[in-house]
Amino acid sequence: MTTTKPSYLENQSHRKGLASWIFSTDHKRIGVLYLISILIFFSVGVLIGVVMRLKMLWPGTHLYSAAAYNAFFTVHGVIQIFLFIIPGIPAAFGNFILPLQIGAKDVAFPRLNLLSWWVYVIGALLALTALFSGNGPPDTGWSFYVPYSLRTNTNVTLAVFAAFILGFSSILTGLNFITTIHRMRCPGMSWFRMPLFTWSLYATAWIQILATPILAVTLIMVMAERILNLGLFDPGRGGDPLLYQHLFWIYSHPAVYIMILPAMGVVSDVIPAFCRKNIYGYKAIAFSSLAIAFVGYLVWAHHMFTSGMSNTARMVFSLLTFLVAIPSGVKVFNWIATMYKASIKIEPPMLFAMTFLFLFAIGGLTGLLNGALATDVNVHETYYVVGHFHYTMFGGTGMGFFAALLYWFPKMTGKMYNKRTIVVAWAHIFVGFNLLYFTMMIMGWLGMPRRYYSYPPQYHTYHVVATVGSWILATGVFMFLGAFLVALKKGTKVAANPWDATTLEWKTASPPPTENFQTIPTVTGGPYEFKDGHPA
Amino acid sequence: MSTPTHEYHPDSTGSKIGMWLFLFTELLLFGGMFLLYAVYRLKNPADFHYASLNLDTKTGAINTAILLTSSLTMVLSIGMLERRHRKASLWFLIITIGFGVWFLVNKYLEWSHKIHHGIYPGSEELTGRTAGENLFYSLYFLMTGLHGIHVVAGMVVLGVMVWMIGKPHHRVLPVTALPVDAQAHAVSVTVEYSEDAKLDQQKLIRLENAGLYWHLVDVIWIFLFPLFYLIS
Repeated sequence: MTTTKPSYLENQSHRKGLASWIFSTDHKRIGVLYLISILIFFSVGVLIGVVMRLKMLWPGTHLYSAAAYNAFFTVHGVIQIFLFIIPGIPAAFGNFILPLQIGAKDVAFPRLNLLSWWVYVIGALLALTALFSGNGPPDTGWSFYVPYSLRTNTNVTLAVFAAFILGFSSILTGLNFITTIHRMRCPGMSWFRMPLFTWSLYATAWIQILATPILAVTLIMVMAERILNLGLFDPGRGGDPLLYQHLFWIYSHPAVYIMILPAMGVVSDVIPAFCRKNIYGYKAIAFSSLAIAFVGYLVWAHHMFTSGMSNTARMVFSLLTFLVAIPSGVKVFNWIATMYKASIKIEPPMLFAMTFLFLFAIGGLTGLLNGALATDVNVHETYYVVGHFHYTMFGGTGMGFFAALLYWFPKMTGKMYNKRTIVVAWAHIFVGFNLLYFTMMIMGWLGMPRRYYSYPPQYHTYHVVATVGSWILATGVFMFLGAFLVALKKGTKVAANPWDATTLEWKTASPPPTENFQTIPTVTGGPYEFKDGHPA
Repeated sequence: MSTPTHEYHPDSTGSKIGMWLFLFTELLLFGGMFLLYAVYRLKNPADFHYASLNLDTKTGAINTAILLTSSLTMVLSIGMLERRHRKASLWFLIITIGFGVWFLVNKYLEWSHKIHHGIYPGSEELTGRTAGENLFYSLYFLMTGLHGIHVVAGMVVLGVMVWMIGKPHHRVLPVTALPVDAQAHAVSVTVEYSEDAKLDQQKLIRLENAGLYWHLVDVIWIFLFPLFYLIS
């Protein structure tokens, strides 16, 4: 019984070629499917972003119309949020890594898992159809605010339906992960021996389940309003548009934690691996994920400070918003405490994890100004907000996603990328990113409103700097992604544990066999235990 | 704390957890609409009261009785399968689906009656009435409509269960690898038995989960009925 089992990349089903992938119920193959689809949409989103910035080089009308600009920022938002960043880490890396990290053979519901990928693809195709059919792409912004989203003639109904379908995919993944973590842990894998990435997926999955249905019903109502003329959000007929905003943000604020928590989980796994020591404050980090998931559910109205609410409501939501900073701070300080006096190996995953720390700290701290009522009123709907959330979402989740890709790519493919190319790409990303988004924050602070097609001349220099930054950033991103394509062809072969890391996924071959492990492992200690700089 | 299990055994607890989580999302889905109902009722108490009087409480009550009874037959179907009375289980399932059809027919008659009198979202008749009444009927059509879709979905699920329980087992057994002699026969019989038991258990888990879904549809109606028909 000691013969080596074939890797998951070798086809063992009766299907051939592409069909052996798109109908596979193997969580690893599904993870790879997700990864490929997500990266494709991410690239499209980046390109649309570049096209948007290109227009902003000069004020006035040129390059394309204002209506096209509206469509671009809507589509950029819809793609990056619903197709990249929400499914991003959980669906791609969670699917691949979660069962490996808890010593399971697969997720609890493998067929449901495949279904959720199909639902994702169908949702994505519907979203793309919405761009190229009907009366033009939606132009409402990704938040589909009423009453405009009810009145515009563009293809909002189909886009909303696509988002609704994508929500289903998210819910199915969430309930699959929760059940998997509860039921499929290998012998000895107690709750507090689970890697922190798994913990973060657990917290994320709960938000996916608790928040996404609210988005679903809100989107159903927008569709029903448009098709059946219900008038539920139409002030002319007694409806209240503010209720739409409440319902929308009851989902969409927790959704930012669906986006960031898994990235925090990645960083929590990467940092001990490259600091060669146990994580500082394991339980604090694990519980802070749950705390963020819980408190994050109660802060939605801070998106609506200028929409018209009572002062009491605004103060309560402002206070609750500040509370989120506590568990987030707990995480950041624990990561830094882990790095303190460690012999840090700055390999590419660690480089991006540290970039995460730096950019996310800026994103987090600038967020406090949005949480405070007095300052938020001034910066609301300006480029400041755009800069801030790109620091958290791209600088946070995006860098976490990149770190995850760098960390687990050798596990997924058995190959190593060119580390030097990655470092060069990183330099581009880092410089371009800060040029682009920090300039946005300055512009916003000076009063430049977001989503405007043109601007007064005093903002010209800032817009030029930001646009140049977007070129550098996009170059870095595509250089980064290109490195993986090259690695697939020319990458050097790696052993089971190229990073000398401790968690369970490194105890099996790279790439892992279809059954994940030669024999089901038994766990006897914590996830990050080192002895003399090597896994204990 | 539950013990982790091997994936090839049907994990009854695991699939129950999954199902309950799904039901939870369904409750939240309706929760969003209950929220709207609460706010609009609070803003327009008199209009909601007046509009509610125009709904036919008798039809609503009959439909409530129908769904409650269908939950009973659902449970009986599960009970029968547990006791391995496959036929009886099937019949109770079919009766449950029948109740679903009856419910929908009543709903259809009720809706067409309303629409016949010009009461539907955006109709001329309603445009002349108060904002509160408009909101009431919009919510009425939206919420009972979405509930109706859930009833249909539940019936489809139950239909699949009828097919699943109705068809005999036809699992190909791995007996070819065994040498054919008297002993091998004994081995193959044991395998067949355990395969059968496993399939039975799988069907039972699925039927229980289908039942849970059906009860959810029932429970949501139990909230819709008083909100629209009774409170006034």
